[in-house]
Amino acid sequence: MPLEVPSELEKSIDDRITHYPVSKRSAVLPVLHELQHHFGFINEDAVEWTAAKLELEPIKVLEVVTFYPGFRQSAPGKYHIRVCRTLSCAMAGSYELMESICEKAGIDRSGVTHHDPIAVSADGKYSIEFAECLASCGSGPVCLVNDDFHEEVKDVEGLLKKYN
Amino acid sequence: MSEDLLDVQIDGVWHQFPKGTRMIEACRQAGVEVPHYCYHPKLSSPGNCRMCLVQMGMPPRPMPGQDPAEPDEDGHLPISWMPRPVIACANTIGPNMGIRTTGELTESCREGVMEFLLANHPLDCPICDQAGECSLQEFSVEHGKGSSRFRERKVKKPKNVKVGPRIRLDDERCIMCSRCIRFMDEVADDPVLGFTDRGSHTVLTVHPGHELDNNYSLNTADICPVGALTSNDFRFQMRAWFMKETKTIDTNCGTGINITVSARQGEIYRITPRQNNDVNSDWMPDSHRLNYHWINSDIRLTEPLIKDGGRHRMAKYQEAIITTADKLRNFDHSEIAIIVSGRMTNEEMLMARLLKRTLNVKDIDIIPRRGESDNYLISEDRNPNTNGAKSVLGLKDPGASIDALKKDIANRKIKALILLQEDPLTDGAFSAEDLKPLEFLVTSYPLANPTADLADVVFPGACWAEKSGTMINVTGRLQKLNKAVDGPGQTMAPWEILRDLIQALGGGNGIYSSADIFNLLTKEISDFSGLKLEDIGDQGIPFLDTGVTLPLVEREKARIAKGEIVGV
Repeated sequence: MPLEVPSELEKSIDDRITHYPVSKRSAVLPVLHELQHHFGFINEDAVEWTAAKLELEPIKVLEVVTFYPGFRQSAPGKYHIRVCRTLSCAMAGSYELMESICEKAGIDRSGVTHHDPIAVSADGKYSIEFAECLASCGSGPVCLVNDDFHEEVKDVEGLLKKYN
Repeated sequence: MSEDLLDVQIDGVWHQFPKGTRMIEACRQAGVEVPHYCYHPKLSSPGNCRMCLVQMGMPPRPMPGQDPAEPDEDGHLPISWMPRPVIACANTIGPNMGIRTTGELTESCREGVMEFLLANHPLDCPICDQAGECSLQEFSVEHGKGSSRFRERKVKKPKNVKVGPRIRLDDERCIMCSRCIRFMDEVADDPVLGFTDRGSHTVLTVHPGHELDNNYSLNTADICPVGALTSNDFRFQMRAWFMKETKTIDTNCGTGINITVSARQGEIYRITPRQNNDVNSDWMPDSHRLNYHWINSDIRLTEPLIKDGGRHRMAKYQEAIITTADKLRNFDHSEIAIIVSGRMTNEEMLMARLLKRTLNVKDIDIIPRRGESDNYLISEDRNPNTNGAKSVLGLKDPGASIDALKKDIANRKIKALILLQEDPLTDGAFSAEDLKPLEFLVTSYPLANPTADLADVVFPGACWAEKSGTMINVTGRLQKLNKAVDGPGQTMAPWEILRDLIQALGGGNGIYSSADIFNLLTKEISDFSGLKLEDIGDQGIPFLDTGVTLPLVEREKARIAKGEIVGV
């Protein structure tokens, strides 16, 4: 099914593409970011749409999507939580934080694999995945909820209450 | 020293190379092999496999106030070696550069790269189709560590993946050199391949729902340095070391693509393109490459046939020759015509010319065979030797007299037809009605065919893989066809049939081989005068000026001129 891109979004994407006059291929990243920002994730249709837009073979777009963990290939929940697991945060308790959030938000991570890293709660409200360093190593464990940054996260219930 | 030549020391010996030469090519020209996977002279150089790491050095730059280094007695400056290695494939040489392809640094680099490549690669060469012709296997023996320190679990990747109708992929064997991706991007202009999940799980793949179905797809299996991409047609059919390889040329079209035929015990197993930068570079279309299964098939004609009382009976070759000669004597020379094939060699065309002379026949021509050019390597002329017909038979416009000949047959002016190596009923050049008025028809063809049904004498003709000779391609290049396998039964090459027919008609000629006829060509045909068969070599020689160019070769020349590829 072809992706339905609102005209305003398409206009913004077209504008982004003009920033790369030498090779349209260079615009793959910004276009994907725009699409993910709007749709929440990049599905197969979004890959095909981007390829057609930039006059590329779809595989050249899929290469980029599968390389960056920042691009989600499956739908996240309403609130997408990213828990840092790089060394400082890991030592400060990010794995415990992950378990605690999953328990309280009702997320089952047993199906998570290398290629499918996102787990979503049954009600679709929360989703979670591990992320690499979020650049706040002195205040671990840290996490992102959508675009909000949270440091020294201890009170998981209080955190989830903010996003309800 | 010329300005464009640079002094380069390779493993202690000084050489000179043109400015701009890649280090890896300089080494190759100096006879020193630098192992590599991702580098291919016809593709861009991403430098991603790291196998070609070498140590590099340059003359020391004097510190301020210091005197520059003194050259030695041969005029060469001392070299100060760099502590870290460089890749030889993507770097060009510099003046007075030193390259070390041996020594501790280079060797430890190769060991390290090999260890990484083998960490996840299956160690099951005995069951791999590439065994015996695998760069990974060869370099592992030569440059590898001999043992692995990898104790972890190997990454599992997809196996036996159908990436296209003619190609299968074993992703675990892939070493991510990206040659296939670059070939499809840069040469075939059909960029369907790519790497997804880059990192420790990198997989080569086509986009979901897409296929590697390009007519040049099998070239990716040729350039794959390991057993990852394999040809459906060849995989697990025959071990590489059992096959006898014959350098010859393709006869599917006028390009005359240089090929290697791999056969065992008279059976062809594989046809691969052979490098010739003036004809086909390193590539060939799948449709040409796979068009060989009929050679060893059940529908081959193996015995001569003579029509007796309306039915064909098998005959000895000699009887078929004598019968043909006797029948031809019954006709006036004006009642006989000869049609030969544009798939025949120059030598065979000369024999046809001599038969024409012996019989004092007026009409001789070839059946034209045209198709569409694919704008890569497939020529619109589907006869491999139309230029040979022009040069040897002296035809100005080959095929032009076929229509007039049909009329002459209908008017019964022509009563006997010698039709060699063609099946015009299937090709559509003639209808059964066109041939019906003939009183005598003799044909030769490799396969059983409807035209042969109408013939009074049928010779089983040898196909292109079963004979030697020369042909002239569309660009006017004279190239050699070499016999790869023996024909079945009593098959004879057209030159043999023609030779024996001329002899039976009373013209002794003392010809025993195709090479003898080539010598005769140099005497009979002015284009060939002074030429020796051995001058032609494996790569052919420019021979006629036709003004025709090959699109893929022209594009490659442009890329070389732009410096995008090395091109050798």
